[in-house]
Amino acid sequence: MNSLGVNIGETVVNIAVLVKQVPDTNSKIQISGDRVDLSTVKMDISPYDEFAVENALQHKESGGGTVTAITVGSAGADKVLKGVKALGVDNIIRLDCDSYMDSNALQSILAQEISSGGYDVVYCGKSAADTGAGSTGPGLAERLGWGSVSNITDITFDGGLTVTSPSEGGNAIISVTLPAVVSCDKGSTKVRKSNVKGIMMAKKAQVDVKAVAAPVSSVSIVSHMMPPAKPAGKKFEGGESAQTVAQLLRDEANII
Amino acid sequence: MSDTIVIAELSKGKMSHTTNELVTAANKLGTSCTVIVPCLDSSVATDASKISGVTKVIAAKSDVFASYDAAAWAEAIDTVAPSGTMITSASAQSKDLAARIAARRSISVVQDVISIDGTTLSTPIYSGKAIQNVSINGDAVISVRANIFPPSDNNGNCEMQVIDTTGNVSTAIKEMVQRASQRLDVSEANIIISGGRGMGTPANFSHLEEIADKLGAAVGASRAAVDTWDEIPHSMQVGQTGKTVNPNLYIAVGISGAIQHLAGMRSSKYIVAINKDADAPIFQHADYGIVATWEEALPVLSSSLSSLLG
Ligand SMILES: Cc1cc2nc3c(=O)[nH]c(=O)nc-3n(C[C@H](O)[C@H](O)[C@H](O)COP(=O)(O)OP(=O)(O)OC[C@H]3O[C@@H](n4cnc5c(N)ncnc54)[C@H](O)[C@@H]3O)c2cc1C
Ligand SMILES: Nc1ncnc2c1ncn2[C@@H]1O[C@H](COP(=O)(O)O)[C@@H](O)[C@H]1O
Repeated sequence: MNSLGVNIGETVVNIAVLVKQVPDTNSKIQISGDRVDLSTVKMDISPYDEFAVENALQHKESGGGTVTAITVGSAGADKVLKGVKALGVDNIIRLDCDSYMDSNALQSILAQEISSGGYDVVYCGKSAADTGAGSTGPGLAERLGWGSVSNITDITFDGGLTVTSPSEGGNAIISVTLPAVVSCDKGSTKVRKSNVKGIMMAKKAQVDVKAVAAPVSSVSIVSHMMPPAKPAGKKFEGGESAQTVAQLLRDEANII
Repeated sequence: MSDTIVIAELSKGKMSHTTNELVTAANKLGTSCTVIVPCLDSSVATDASKISGVTKVIAAKSDVFASYDAAAWAEAIDTVAPSGTMITSASAQSKDLAARIAARRSISVVQDVISIDGTTLSTPIYSGKAIQNVSINGDAVISVRANIFPPSDNNGNCEMQVIDTTGNVSTAIKEMVQRASQRLDVSEANIIISGGRGMGTPANFSHLEEIADKLGAAVGASRAAVDTWDEIPHSMQVGQTGKTVNPNLYIAVGISGAIQHLAGMRSSKYIVAINKDADAPIFQHADYGIVATWEEALPVLSSSLSSLLG
């Protein structure tokens, strides 16, 4: 912008943010038969995606642009899209899909959507609270031929991006040229909360639902199970027992 | 069965012990095992040629390996690696790389594998609250958690090839900010001692540091500690919105054991809990629980360790 606040031939940034619906992290996970049963579980936005949304909104606020939130999932996931709409996201898109997809299938359809939408930057969570994988950001970037930075904790907008990302022995301050995919960790930024006006507006918002053709998954789920129960531990009373525990760490556990 | 390809794990420019564990995992999946060593100087790759169970070592030598750029690393490694199922460690950087390489090859990636049975792989889901068993059909890239597969020994001697590689860098490191303390990061440590709100004040973390120094451990924290005290940085936080750790020993001091904290550390091999409340949930996950205040227990632990470790 020039001193009069007029855009001089600047293109506005087209920002995408990926959000996923996952079980609330406080919820108990149960197995029925040999599959996880989520029928009674409360669903919510994946925690790190909240940081992705915050960074996307701040990116827009720093220099203009639009923010589009995209999810891949079934109609139930519209709730998460409305939730981020209430925070100030401009457009909400759901790529309609109801079944398990492996990383190859998921990233393929996301890559198609991102290329056809003409985005300049994609924000996503460092990992989804269900998979814990952290695959989607870097995998999507590779398919688009874009650069990527992962697990960032801080970001500043200066035409390109400058981010802070953990590296061996400390933090790296990295400059990133667009287009790029940025996967977000919790950092020092506080995420905004929605207000009544935002929530009312989001209620009326229309989710842009798109059909997708995903490639066949080569990874398939065989079964789910509970983690093997740990053998009952030993419990001691009183501070003096720390000596016994130190001894056990050496003689029984063999780790010190 | 086909060839499996291990991407060697390096730490501070040296071959990491984790690479031996990756070879064990590779030998469960395939009959032959090629280890790719991303390096600036190929001499580090000779360590890989000594690992038992390795068929061939390729030192992938390139300037891009001076600092991590996901795109450039994936390109450089992909160019030299044969086809087959590929195995990396499950460190944050290697998981990122695994995802990149899989996408480059249009195959799938399975992260944080904790067991391999034929072509069935197990991974924790919902932060370890359940296990998912998947079967892979064709080649995939998989990352394997540390401290689960026994390390292959170093009685091998196989052929080694050096290939110069290139990759296109798309990010640039402007500056490296060293960690304020010389202490290990929780994500790099084999032993972690963490403090929670029960430590009372951030200054009391010095008692944890004293024990950490004796054990060569990292110091971690609960979110309550990180959120309450500015002196405790987020980089120390273990848990669902902090780091997921998988050490041999995790000592939780003044930590109640909330589900989100457990999410980050429940897969530790051994867990010790020190808490004054006998009903604290952390005790349900502890191999060794000490019901006491830390004020009583830590001095005893510290002096016992001194005499045991000499
Ligand atoms: C979305 C979400 C994400 C979260 N992510 C994380 C995360 O990543 N990591 C995380 O840790 N938490 C996380 N939390 C927070 C979590 O729910 C708990 O609030 C937090 O772990 C509690 O920390 P604490 O155990 O230190 O504190 P408290 O629960 O307050 O426990 C303190 C413990 O110290 C004991 N104690 C007190 N005094 C002493 C003494 N003198 N000696 C010995 N013991 C003593 C008490 O008996 C008590 O058990 C998250 C929560 C949410 C909702
Ligand atoms: N089905 C999905 N729909 C939208 N975004 C997703 C989906 N799966 C993963 N993501 C995004 O990718 C991040 C990492 O997911 P994962 O690779 O599964 O750990 C998440 O935090 C989301 O931002």
